[in-house]
Amino acid sequence: MGRKRGGIRPSDSSLAVLARRAEAVAVPAGALLAGLAAFSLFLLLLGKSPAEFYALVYKAGFGTWFSWQNTLSRTAPLLLAALCVALPARLGLVVIGGEGAIVLGGLACGALGGALSGLPGAVAIPLLAAAGVLAAGVWIGAVGALRHYRGVNETIASLLMAYIAIALMNHLVEGPFRDPASLNKPSTAPLAEHLRIGDIPGWDVHWGLVAGIVGCLVSWVLVERTTWGFAARIAGGNVRAALVQGLPVGRLVVGFAALGGVFAGLAGVFEVAAVHGSANASLAAGYGYTGILIAFLARHNPLAIIPVAVLLAGFEASSGLVQRRMDLPDATVLVLQGFTFVAILVSETLYGRLRVFTPETWGIPR
Amino acid sequence: MTVDGRLQAGAIGVETVGMTMRFGGLTALDAVSMRIAPGTVHALLGENGAGKSTLVKCVMGFYRATRGQLMVGGREVEVPDPKSAHALGLGMVYQHFTLVPSLTAAENLVISREDAPPVIDWRAEMARLETFMARMPFTVPLDQAVRTFSAGEKQKLEILKQLYLGRRFLILDEPTSVLTPDEADEVLGHVRRLCQAGELTVLLITHKFREVMACADEVSVLRRGALVGCGRVGDLTRADLARMMVGDDELAEPAPRTGVPGAPVLSVAGVRARDRSGLKGIAIDALEVRAGEIVGIAGISGNGQMELMEVLTGQRSVSAGRIRVNGSPYGATRREARVHRVRFLPEEPLHNACVPRMSVVENVGFRSFDLNGSGARFWLSTRELKSRAADMAAAFRIRAASLDAPMSSLSGGNVQRAVLARELTGTVDLLVISNPCFGLDLTAVAEIRARIMAARNSGTAVLLMSEDLDEIMELTDRVLVMSEGRIAYECTAARADRAEIGRRMGGHA
Repeated sequence: MGRKRGGIRPSDSSLAVLARRAEAVAVPAGALLAGLAAFSLFLLLLGKSPAEFYALVYKAGFGTWFSWQNTLSRTAPLLLAALCVALPARLGLVVIGGEGAIVLGGLACGALGGALSGLPGAVAIPLLAAAGVLAAGVWIGAVGALRHYRGVNETIASLLMAYIAIALMNHLVEGPFRDPASLNKPSTAPLAEHLRIGDIPGWDVHWGLVAGIVGCLVSWVLVERTTWGFAARIAGGNVRAALVQGLPVGRLVVGFAALGGVFAGLAGVFEVAAVHGSANASLAAGYGYTGILIAFLARHNPLAIIPVAVLLAGFEASSGLVQRRMDLPDATVLVLQGFTFVAILVSETLYGRLRVFTPETWGIPR
Repeated sequence: MTVDGRLQAGAIGVETVGMTMRFGGLTALDAVSMRIAPGTVHALLGENGAGKSTLVKCVMGFYRATRGQLMVGGREVEVPDPKSAHALGLGMVYQHFTLVPSLTAAENLVISREDAPPVIDWRAEMARLETFMARMPFTVPLDQAVRTFSAGEKQKLEILKQLYLGRRFLILDEPTSVLTPDEADEVLGHVRRLCQAGELTVLLITHKFREVMACADEVSVLRRGALVGCGRVGDLTRADLARMMVGDDELAEPAPRTGVPGAPVLSVAGVRARDRSGLKGIAIDALEVRAGEIVGIAGISGNGQMELMEVLTGQRSVSAGRIRVNGSPYGATRREARVHRVRFLPEEPLHNACVPRMSVVENVGFRSFDLNGSGARFWLSTRELKSRAADMAAAFRIRAASLDAPMSSLSGGNVQRAVLARELTGTVDLLVISNPCFGLDLTAVAEIRARIMAARNSGTAVLLMSEDLDEIMELTDRVLVMSEGRIAYECTAARADRAEIGRRMGGHA
C-alpha cells in the first residue's frame, strides 16, 4: 500500500534541510536536559539544591578564565578518547575500551622516554608520540580485526582488552620499567625536561587541546568528505550492502578502529609528556569512559564532539568544588554522567519518529 | 479451556458488511461485503496492495475498521483487538512460521495457550494432546523438536495449533509459499477435508490460481480495496480470475526477445560452500551464463539460492571450486566487479543492497562515488552525487518526496527502481538478480521485467534466481532447478515443462 506522493522533487527545500539537521541537535540536547532533570530529582532526594549545584558547576567549569583553563586542560584527552568511540561507531562498532588505548599510548611514551633522552626534542617527541600512537592503534585495530574476521563482540573485547592494558601497565611500571626513585607511586623514569610538551603560549593549557581539535576536524573531513569515509558509512549502515558493492569491509573496519586507537593513544602521550611527566597508574583516570558518553551525546559526529567534550570537561572540573561546598561525594559527577547516558540511549529510539524533523511525512495525514 | 468442547461446536461462518478502512486520505478498503459460509474454503485473491491484508487485519482485530460490521456465526460482533477475535474462535496462520524451533511440537502447542499454567503437568498435558491428535485427520511427531521438521510438517503443526486453541474459522495467509508443490497439495488436502467434515471454515489468501481451482469452494477478488468479483469456483475459469484481479489496466507488454546468446560471461565450476545452518553444503558443479541470455534458477526458498547469491557477491567463502567472469578468476572485489562490469540485485533490496538511513542520493551513488571518469577519487563530490541521482530518478521514474529523504521512506517499488537504476546505469556484462519483483504491484513488476529483458537484449548475461515460476517462465532462455543445494535439472525455456520443474523443485528425480 504505497502512500500517495508528489512528483519528483530533486532535493529538499531549505526548511526541510533545516528540519533534518535540527533533529541531530534537538534530540541529544533534549536527552541531556532530561538527564539533568532526573539528576536534579536525585539531588532533591539527598536534600541538596539543584540550583546551587548547577551554579557551582558553572562557576567551577566556566565562571572565570582560571576555571576555563582548568576545563580546557581536561578537554584535550576527552576529545581524543571520544574519537576512539566515534570513528569505529561509523562502522557499526561499539568500542568502549578507549581507556586501554590511552594507557598503552602513555606507557609506550613513558617507557621509551629514557632511551630517547639523548636526542633533541624536535626528533624525540615525534618518535615518542609515534610509539604511543602505534601501540594504541594496533590495540584497538586488533579489536576491529577480532570482530571482522572472528566474529568476536567488539564491545566486550575492547572492554576486556582495556583491563589487560591496565594490568600490563601496572606490571611494567612496578617491574621492568620502574624508576627506583618512584617510591609511593611506581612510575617510569620521568621524561627529560626537553622531551616535555609544554603549554599553548599565554595559556595554562597544554598542546593536547590543539591536537584534539585538529583530530576532530580531520576525522570529520575523513568521514563526511572523502570516499573512504563514504565507504565506511555504507559498511556501518549495512554490511551486506557494502559487501555486495565489493567494498573492502575488513580493511575499513580494522582501519577505522585502528585510527580511533591512534587518537586515544595520542591522549595517553599528552598525559605523560605534558601532564604527569612519567607513565603511572594516573593514566587510567577514566577519560576513556567519559569519552564514550561524549561520543554518544555527539551522535558520533566528530565536530559535535568538540562542544560536548568542553561541557563534560566542565562538569568534571567542578567535581572538587562541588565536593567541598555541598558536602557531596566526588562520585556525584559520575551519577550525573550515568543519568545523562541512560537518557541518551533512550533518545536513540526517537530518531525518524518525530514528524517535525522528517519532511517526507509532512502533508501526509496521520 | 475446554479444547474439545469448542471443536465440537464446529465450523462458523463469517461475514463482513460494508467494511471500510481509511488511512488518512487513502482508502485501503472500500465497503467490502463478503460472506464466507461455514464449512467452506473461501479463496481471497488480489494483487499486492489490493487490500487483502487490510481486510483480514480488520477481521482479526489488528485494525479497527473505519466503517462496517463483522458478523460471526450470524451475530454482529465487536472485535477491538486480536484477543477478542481469538475468543470468538477466529484464528490466523501467517506466511512465516511462528513456532519456537528449539521446542518440541507438544511444547509449542502447550505454550501457545493463553491459559497455560505457570507450572505445567506434562504427563496430564501429553495425555490430553494424544487424545486431541487422535481426533485429527493428520498428525505430527509430538516429541520432536520443531527444528527437525520439514516445512510441510511445520505448516501442519501451525494448523493443528489453531485447532488445538479452539479456532473454528482460520485465515491462511499464503500458507504454501514455503512448501514444495507436493507438500502444498498435502496440507491443502487436509484443510479441505477438515472443512468438508464441518469442523472448520477457511479463508485462504493466495495468488496461485492452481490452489484456488484445486482447493477452494468459493472465491472473492479484491482490487484497489474494492470487492470486484466473487462466485463459486466451479463457475469461473482462470481467465476470469485473472481479468478480475488485474482489471482493465494496460500492463507493459513483455519486451520482445531479440538477439542470440554470445560468449560465456559467468562460469562456475565445482564450487562447494556451507549453507546458512552450517550443516548442509551447496555444490554447484557447472553453471554457465552467456552474453545476451537470461538463465533462471527455480527452486523453493531455502534450497541454496541465497547461498549461491552470497558466494557470487563475496559474502560467503567457498571451500573449493572456481568462479570466472569473462574468463578471469572472480573474487567479488570492487575492482573486479568494475573491470568486468558485474552488477547485483539481491532480494529485499532495502535490507540487502541499501543503507536505509542514508539518503536516496547517497544510496544510488554506491556504485560510482569513488570514480572520477575512469580514475579513482579520494574527495567525495556531493554535487556529482546529486546530479547523478537526479538523472537516475528521471530515467527510472523513481518517485520520492525528496531525494534527500532517507531510503527507508520510499515505497517498495521505488526502492527497487532506485537499486535497478544504480545497477543498470552504464554497460553491464553480468547481472545477478534474486527475486526482483517480490512484494511489488503489477505495474512495477511489468516495468522491472521489461528493464531486465532490455538488458538481456543489449548483450548482458543475466542470472535470475526466483521463487516465482511464472517469472522464470516469462523471462528466461534456460531454466535450472535448484534443490538441496544442487542444480537438479536443466532445460531450455522453450522445452520447459511446469510439472516436471515442480517435481524437481521438490527433490524428486
